[in-house]
Amino acid sequence: MDPVQSAVALTVREALHTLSSSEDGGHLLSTLGALKRYLSGAENPALPGEQEEFARMHFSAVLRCLVGRLSPGWLELLPNGQLEDLWASFFLEGPADQAFLVLMESIEGAAGPSFRLMKMAQLLARFLSAGRMAAVMEGQCRQLTEPAFRLLQETLLIKVVGLPDHLGNRLQRENLEAFLPQNYFPLLGEEIMRVLQAVVDSLRGGWDCSVSFLSQVLGKACVHGRQKEILGVLVPRLTALTQGSCLWQRVCWRLVECVPDRATEALLTGLVEAASGPDVLSRLLGNLVLKSKKAQFVMTRKILFLQYRYSTPMLQSLLGYLAMDSQRRPLLRQALKELLETWGSPSAIRHAPLPQQRYISSALLICLAHLQDAELRDSQDELLASLMAGVKTRLDSSLPAVRRLGMIVAGVASARIHPDGPPLRFQYEEDELSRELLALAAPPPVADSPSEAEASPAAETPDRGSVDSGVPQAQPEGSGSDLDSDDELVPYDMSGDQELKSGKAPAYVRDCVEALTSSEDWERWEAALRALEGLIVRSPAAAREVSVELAKVLLHLEEKTSVVGFEGLRQRALVAVVVTDPAPVLTLAAQELSRPGRLPPQCGSPSPTSQPSSTQAPAWRAVVQERIRSKTRRFSQRSPGRGPDAGPNEFNLVAGYFFFPLIRHFDRPLVTFDLLGEDQLVLGRLVHTLGALMYLAVNTTVAVAMGKALLEFVWTLRFHGDACGGAGPRRGLQGVGGESAPASGEAQRHTRPAVVSLVPAREGPAPLELAWPARGLCQWSMRGPPALSPWTGPPERGPEVLRREGATGAPAG
Amino acid sequence: MAASPLPPPDPQFVLRGTQSAVHALHFFGGAQGQGRPLLLSGSLSGLVHIWSLQTRRAVATLDGHGGKCVTWLQTLPQGHLLLSQGRDLKLRLWDLAEGRNAIVDSVPVESMGFCRSSVLARGPERWMLAMPGGGSDEVQILEMPSKTSVCTLKPEADAKPGMPMCLELWQADSSPRPLLLAGYEDGSVALWDVSERKVCSRVACHPEPVMGFDFDSQKARGVSGSAEKALAVWSLDEQQALQVCRTHELTNPGIADVKIRPDRKILATAGWDHRVRVFHWWTMKPLAVLSFHSATIHSVAFATDGLLAAGSGDQRISIWSLYPIRSDASTPSLGHAEGREVGTQALA
Repeated sequence: MDPVQSAVALTVREALHTLSSSEDGGHLLSTLGALKRYLSGAENPALPGEQEEFARMHFSAVLRCLVGRLSPGWLELLPNGQLEDLWASFFLEGPADQAFLVLMESIEGAAGPSFRLMKMAQLLARFLSAGRMAAVMEGQCRQLTEPAFRLLQETLLIKVVGLPDHLGNRLQRENLEAFLPQNYFPLLGEEIMRVLQAVVDSLRGGWDCSVSFLSQVLGKACVHGRQKEILGVLVPRLTALTQGSCLWQRVCWRLVECVPDRATEALLTGLVEAASGPDVLSRLLGNLVLKSKKAQFVMTRKILFLQYRYSTPMLQSLLGYLAMDSQRRPLLRQALKELLETWGSPSAIRHAPLPQQRYISSALLICLAHLQDAELRDSQDELLASLMAGVKTRLDSSLPAVRRLGMIVAGVASARIHPDGPPLRFQYEEDELSRELLALAAPPPVADSPSEAEASPAAETPDRGSVDSGVPQAQPEGSGSDLDSDDELVPYDMSGDQELKSGKAPAYVRDCVEALTSSEDWERWEAALRALEGLIVRSPAAAREVSVELAKVLLHLEEKTSVVGFEGLRQRALVAVVVTDPAPVLTLAAQELSRPGRLPPQCGSPSPTSQPSSTQAPAWRAVVQERIRSKTRRFSQRSPGRGPDAGPNEFNLVAGYFFFPLIRHFDRPLVTFDLLGEDQLVLGRLVHTLGALMYLAVNTTVAVAMGKALLEFVWTLRFHGDACGGAGPRRGLQGVGGESAPASGEAQRHTRPAVVSLVPAREGPAPLELAWPARGLCQWSMRGPPALSPWTGPPERGPEVLRREGATGAPAG
Repeated sequence: MAASPLPPPDPQFVLRGTQSAVHALHFFGGAQGQGRPLLLSGSLSGLVHIWSLQTRRAVATLDGHGGKCVTWLQTLPQGHLLLSQGRDLKLRLWDLAEGRNAIVDSVPVESMGFCRSSVLARGPERWMLAMPGGGSDEVQILEMPSKTSVCTLKPEADAKPGMPMCLELWQADSSPRPLLLAGYEDGSVALWDVSERKVCSRVACHPEPVMGFDFDSQKARGVSGSAEKALAVWSLDEQQALQVCRTHELTNPGIADVKIRPDRKILATAGWDHRVRVFHWWTMKPLAVLSFHSATIHSVAFATDGLLAAGSGDQRISIWSLYPIRSDASTPSLGHAEGREVGTQALA
């Protein structure tokens, strides 16, 4: 046996004996002092060989013995906590990995809350705050490929990353701040940075090092879901350090490469999230996507296609990263192709949730922004083909949001993919979504820090332009003494200076009919259309005389001049006619609908039809009303907010007039409609309308018959795949279900049927012909006979309007 | 320039009570230190109302046109003589001094048209009157108060400008020769040298009849409105040649009257579209659109203190106060402007 080994073994054995049995403070002190000589950095240290032998063979045993002796009485054998300091110094100054393992082991081994457990936990906290964790990890970086240490490394890895869990389990409510994950993982990040610094230093010094242990720690922490904490510390520091140093970049790349496959996704998503831009990502990752299959899968498939929770800046970072290097650009092209396919795939459109479709659209536009025209031209035909197929599929969808995405993306993509030809143009109203998406399609700034460099000139240029153009206005032709006084004359607001409409509006409903049918004077025609609703409401008796004729005229009215809000005017007039004279007009409406050729040509078109908008009262009117209310004393006790008094439900009289003809004409095959195929939009509206009517009619005696008919009608639609067709029957059945409510004693709740929102604007374009009779009925059910109560305006303004989904009524089935 | 434009102005007050459409307006009195002026209004029913702008009530009503529309009102700078022209083919002279309101004289008008007359004061007891003549395209010039006909201005046979629609007698600073500007039915404006009885210059300003114009003799620039959708600005050069400087497009067609404010800063137009439009006179920049009336506006008038009156078919007269006249802006009383520099003594 080596003399050094035996000498150390003898000393240690004696010391252990003393430690485990002696109760004499002085003796213990001297024994510990003797042992401490073997630790590096002690006063009058032992020989290096002896130190090494001690560290390799005996240190753990000594520590375990020390842990075993720990008790309040033992520590008080010497005054002033001398013994405790000395005891702790073994853990804090000895080889860190062994000390850490013994600490963790003793903490995990403790039976329950005890003095020793608390002492050990506090010691561990000191161990962490003293930065010993870096020493633990650094030790692992220096030991290159020694198979004996594999097991140790595994154990260490589990303990290092799992420390918050272990401590939390063991200490329960006594847990210390330092062990909470939100504190521990940032600390671990700091420690990793210190180790990386040491690694870089030693690489500069010419010593080999391995970062694989660090990678494993990092990967495991990410798998544990602590990306934010740990990468929040690492990424900003690495961003700064990799800025100018190739060595740091290489260390960083190596660090990411060595992460085990199972942790790649967690780490990469964390990195993409934490990196401030594509250039940073590129510095941190290098060409990782080309080296690692797993990374490639995560970056080009998983983040893009399988998940959609990431923010747009993340997508921009990721796709920008792919675009930054010529080796990676093929991946971007590939991604674009696949994105375009997914974007247009009928299955994806049908089954993917809307946020994901939006996400894919964003990614698609970002890809397009990064790719150059030449790259796009290479695969122009292929891209164009899938784009066109996708546009078609999307525009056929019954969901407005899907169509909208289709229009926005197609407009941009067609211009980019096929720059020579005319781009696809759609009419859609601008909103936040479209602006956001269109902004993504703008080519990304080239500069490294574009925000300051480009924003300022861009902001100044239009200013200068406007000043230039402003000069000729301020200095008109000639000059004279008058110019000095120009600025006195500030113009007033002249926005109200509209063209004067001549006062040709007819004064009687009959005149309107005449004007609408035979007038060649377009001003009169338009004035008649505008005046019609008011006239009908003002003189219902006169309107009743010509109601059917008027309804026919309105139904067949063509928009010959581009009157602003034509559809809305026509619809409001039709609604007014229905309310005034329900029975004959409704019968007429159902007949007209079932006539071949009545399918409105615009119902399948992608551009949203102009919907009637409830005319918003201008702000001044609200102010004036408020003032009138505050200054007016009312003698009536009735509060103005109260609805009309309860009375017998008159809806019963008219409920069936539209419903039965409608359902009768539609449940047989018609030459003009392919309800289960292309015309599913019509089907959706039809079922929705029927359901709404059913719902409105829950308290009427005719409801039972209506319910039966409706159930028969929707039974075939149970398995309809389209969202519109699928949701319709549900609504209808809710109406049927609600019908049983009064019978079960809930009549009080249903004295006035809630008004269903039939406003088609929320549902997307709908055939006008379906919407207006229903809306008329809706008004009827709200306010009773039209002659008795004052006009209250279109129903969508009323407070009683409820969303269909929120209404009562037990779903059948 | 302010970030957001001022809200459209409201009238300062409104005079009601003419009980028929207001066709002529004229401010009377109110020169420096004379208190607020009076407003004269002529109505479709043939009455002339005299309004106090202090009490905002009619102080007197003159009935001298036999129920026929009063189309033109004018006072002479000296004295209290009021001229009113009516569709009863009479031009009445009223004495308004000391609260009187008696017809002192009457001149027969031979034209059935709507043309308003014009006066040029050349001395306290010597003034000149231009009014539409007996022939359809003639203008008659009378020496007043003697009512002697000076001449009849008849366009050359091949000109065919149609009826005169509006007249303006004036006199350049440099020369004592009276000049007449006349707007004609064919949309042209002609400058007549009255003493030589010949047309100095004529320019076609509008495709439609000239309904009203006003002329700024100091800048030798005028503005005219017609039945069409534009205002025309024209000027007179040293050779006394008229030329159109520019036209200004309007939102709605039809201008019944145009007036330049005495300080020559702004001008106002009376629109068939029920609106008064206010422009910067020099730049023709639109300044305001005054929408209050509910019928065609027939007449606008400015007082020396800058008050603007608009008389409309809805039987109301709205009074507006816009862009107050600066106190240091002295108003030269030269040329035709004298005609508007109204009487020195207000009616009691």
